Amino acid sequence: MTNIMETLNWDQLFAATQETIYMTFISVLATFILGLLLGLLLFLTEKGNIWQNKPINIVIAGFVNIFRSIPFIILIVLLIPFTKLLVGSMLGANAALPALIIGAAPFYARMVEIALREIDKGVIEASQSMGATHGHIIFKVLIPESLPALISGITVTAISLVSFTAMAGVIGAGGLGHFAYLEGFQRNRPIITLIATVAILILVFIIQFIGDYFTKKTDKR
Amino acid sequence: MISIQNVRKIFPGKKGELKAVDDVNLEIKDGEIFGVIGYSGAGKSTLIRMLNGLEIPTEGSVTVAGRVISKIKGSELRKARQEISMIFQHFNLLWSRTVSENIAFPLEIAGVKGPQRKKRVAELIQLVGLEGRENAYPSELSGGQKQRVGIARALANNPKVLLCDEATSALDPQTTDSILDLLVDINKRLGLTIVLITHEMHVIRKICHRVAVMEGGKMVELGPVLEVFKNPKQPITKRFVQQVTEPEETKETIDHLLERYPQGQVIQLSFVGESAEQPLITNLIRDYNVIVNILQGKISHTQNGSYGSLFIHLDGQTTEIKKAVDYLHSQQIGVEVLSND
Repeated sequence: MTNIMETLNWDQLFAATQETIYMTFISVLATFILGLLLGLLLFLTEKGNIWQNKPINIVIAGFVNIFRSIPFIILIVLLIPFTKLLVGSMLGANAALPALIIGAAPFYARMVEIALREIDKGVIEASQSMGATHGHIIFKVLIPESLPALISGITVTAISLVSFTAMAGVIGAGGLGHFAYLEGFQRNRPIITLIATVAILILVFIIQFIGDYFTKKTDKR
Repeated sequence: MISIQNVRKIFPGKKGELKAVDDVNLEIKDGEIFGVIGYSGAGKSTLIRMLNGLEIPTEGSVTVAGRVISKIKGSELRKARQEISMIFQHFNLLWSRTVSENIAFPLEIAGVKGPQRKKRVAELIQLVGLEGRENAYPSELSGGQKQRVGIARALANNPKVLLCDEATSALDPQTTDSILDLLVDINKRLGLTIVLITHEMHVIRKICHRVAVMEGGKMVELGPVLEVFKNPKQPITKRFVQQVTEPEETKETIDHLLERYPQGQVIQLSFVGESAEQPLITNLIRDYNVIVNILQGKISHTQNGSYGSLFIHLDGQTTEIKKAVDYLHSQQIGVEVLSND
């Protein structure tokens, strides 16, 4: 056991964990903003809603469905030219971000749309009857009223993103996935793989705990 | 205050067009409590939603407080809506906001600033009797309290018109009465014009000055509440009036009475306004040689007088009974002799 512990490079583990946290944090943030935007557009352009517009709705729904359906590992490969153009390299944590965001935002957009559909139409109508503008309806009604669902949605998405970062790690993005694959699997040290797994699990539990806390706190129903 | 002219609303549907509102003309005066009654699908909901532009008429024009609601759009319509408030059957409160925050919502929309907003919210909470519940969330309130929040919210921007869309239909009878009392109070204190739609005649009887009856998109009857109670013309109106003037199961009761009293006459008397307060039965017994037996009765109060019905049984000599019935006919009351057939 001591032997194995000596072979484990703690600095490497910390660096890998940091990279995973970095990738997860930035991608969750961007996914939240982009997904919320897409989800709102998707919802508002639906039939019977304030920006009812069939062509735009079909285009966004199509985009969301296509990118949600592509397996993540394939999406990374497909996006290589785009990533190179954007980041300048295929290696490192930053290079994983475009694929992570483009993979997760459509997924989250659907969750946003579902959350918004749960809002009672009567409440939107009541706001309209008070003379609310579209801005009032979006920022004072739609988002606050669906907040618990938006938070639990981003929690689920964040956990998916952690596993996406591990996948991205294998093909050169760094982080715990990269660490487990390179240091654990390829050098035949299963204990290292196990340690990396535990680190990821801890990260996932923390995300779940924070998400649950805020979901509960905002839910006044 | 409100003028509805030749209004039609047609919804295109899969099975052809649906005429929700069909050629309705209506004038509602300033400060009036006006009721529209009808069964579901009669078009009353569509009609009231045209008053604040939630529905646009297919034909005709709707004018409220000097603005042609059926024509205006955008910011002008939003401005107009701040003067035409609405309360709803299912309250439609924001569950993410407390009572105070819900009431502050229309003030935020109108751009009322912080301290002033706070002051106004406190006034409104007092007006609707919700002191002590300021920081409760809607999920912690009873139905009646939720509707009080709805009313406070609707009054926030000092509207000229209050629209009530089945506002008491989700409430129990006792709570309904307390909400109706609040509406009358508001109408008197603030001089607000109130338009309400309902399927309960009880609501019309209790607070409305005038009533319109709707059936199949058409307005089939219109008049002061007492007038309509006294003299309902359409069969549908009669059915609605029966909801409140006649005790439940009247039909069966009458049949039963006729069976029990094969002798003499069973008579239904309808009282309206002043006549409801006259000592009619005393006169009948004193002046005619008949036996009067009171079988069943009920008196209801409306905003412009009382209305009631009384079932009596007269027995004695045929000629005396006839004289007594003639006397009843000569009074300002409705008389209907129920026969054994």
